Amino acid sequence: MTKKLSRGVAVVGVGMSKFGAFPDKTSRDLFVEAFQELRKSVQKGFDPKDIEAFYMGNFSSDHFENQAHLAPIVASWVGISPVASTRIEDACASSGVALREGVLAIASGAVDMVLVGGLEKMTDLPGAKVTDTLALAADSMFEIPAGFTFPGFYAAMATAYIDKYNADPDALLRVGIKNHENGALNEKAQFNQTIKDVMIGKQRKAEQKGLPIPQWQDEMAFLKDPKANLMIAWPLRLFDCSPVSDGAAAVLLVSEELAANFTDEPIFIVGSGQASDGALAERASLSEIPAAAKAAQRAYEMAGVTPEEIDFAEVHDCFTIAEIMATEDLGFFPRGEGWKAAMQGQTARDGNLPINTSGGLKSKGHPVGASGVGQVVEIWKQLHGLAGERQLRGDLRYALTHNVGGTGQTCVVHIFEKRN
Amino acid sequence: MTEQFLYSKAFDQALAEDLLIGSRCLDCGNISIPQRQICSDCHSDQVERIQTSGKGTLAAFTVIYVPPTSMAEAGYNMKNPYCVGIVTLDEGARISAQIVGVDLSDPATIKIGLPLKQTFVVRGEGESAKKFLAFEPA
Repeated sequence: MTKKLSRGVAVVGVGMSKFGAFPDKTSRDLFVEAFQELRKSVQKGFDPKDIEAFYMGNFSSDHFENQAHLAPIVASWVGISPVASTRIEDACASSGVALREGVLAIASGAVDMVLVGGLEKMTDLPGAKVTDTLALAADSMFEIPAGFTFPGFYAAMATAYIDKYNADPDALLRVGIKNHENGALNEKAQFNQTIKDVMIGKQRKAEQKGLPIPQWQDEMAFLKDPKANLMIAWPLRLFDCSPVSDGAAAVLLVSEELAANFTDEPIFIVGSGQASDGALAERASLSEIPAAAKAAQRAYEMAGVTPEEIDFAEVHDCFTIAEIMATEDLGFFPRGEGWKAAMQGQTARDGNLPINTSGGLKSKGHPVGASGVGQVVEIWKQLHGLAGERQLRGDLRYALTHNVGGTGQTCVVHIFEKRN
Repeated sequence: MTEQFLYSKAFDQALAEDLLIGSRCLDCGNISIPQRQICSDCHSDQVERIQTSGKGTLAAFTVIYVPPTSMAEAGYNMKNPYCVGIVTLDEGARISAQIVGVDLSDPATIKIGLPLKQTFVVRGEGESAKKFLAFEPA
């Protein structure tokens, strides 16, 4: 039987810090920024003291900031103690799951107003330690001893995908180019530069230093140059990988019947699905993420919506191959067709199914525990016509977020609806 | 009571003796590698330890140029990368492992479906030396 929420849930405000590297700021500072922006976004205002529960996604403040038990601290810093505060840890899906917990808490009738947040402060650690910390999201007994890293896992999935569908590896580069084009128009993005901007920047730098100026025919040639775009885990290069980031994001949820007290333009969460899986090697197929497909199926069923009805989506492009698999796992394209859609520009802002108009994790940045809620900020902006130069045209009604933890051990999908 | 040979650490203990073990469900026949105390298909706790053939094929792989700390300490780096893959064993289950004996100078020459056989690698030196599961072309 299809599972439904016992009562409706609305988003009435959102906020996020800029994503990037901020040596002077801690995760709580970044969350205060997100919270202050959220307060301004609630059309009719609200009293923070009315927040009854706080669900906070965070992967590893323990390792990144030497701080566990972060939720009550963050609650205090935004002045909402003694709110019920809970940290959710599901790797890179932490705040997508926090969103779901907030939805379920309101749907249960136990609370009417929930603050959902996500935050991560990654850049204080040296690069190798960041890699080691992220690797904690994999199986430390049966995956890490093999020598896998996270780029390595997704690279292995890329080899399985390319082999199974005889896909053109250039599709991976196309995803990166597209997401950087979107991120270039997002003032909150870590890299608000197109790949072409990056390429020209490198040429200028060489010129300034009096070095030979490297020549590339276009951005594809630049991305294929092993000196300009280092191989990280074959076939994934540096520009196939999302960056190491600091950032925070927040959304305010209320029960559907209360939404009009806060805004005339609420966004309703009509579908929520979550699923899990074991280690990558345990799965029947390595060219897809089964838990993402299962989470999506549960969300579509709850919403009573089909993939064809989704107008745009923010998907978990931690690596370029992940976006291609996501567009298939979510039912937007048939199996083996996602790479073609990427090549044809179907997922660009002017394509028939825009994906990651924010720039995605690739260009916007990936402060892992903040990414799931960060996606909702873009959904809110697009559905309210607030996305500036990257604003999608036409009537937008349904949007989707897809947030993945690890290699797909945790997947969570939400479907949003604008009704007016 | 769960037999000790099914505890999660038993896999590494067997590996120290060059054995790649798993478990077979006595009720439904499902095979798990590594071994599980209860069958992941039918939840039966009637499972036995099996020793695999150690033979399989390459299902997915990568060549890693930016290693984690543990692999960097074992001597791997941008100029000395390593291959890691997922191997489908003849028994049907899959396992993650380092792949040795393949041409790392051109990863495009490494093909999915490549027949492999179990071996092992030693990482670290002296007292910190430890044996890890690996596969090589059969």
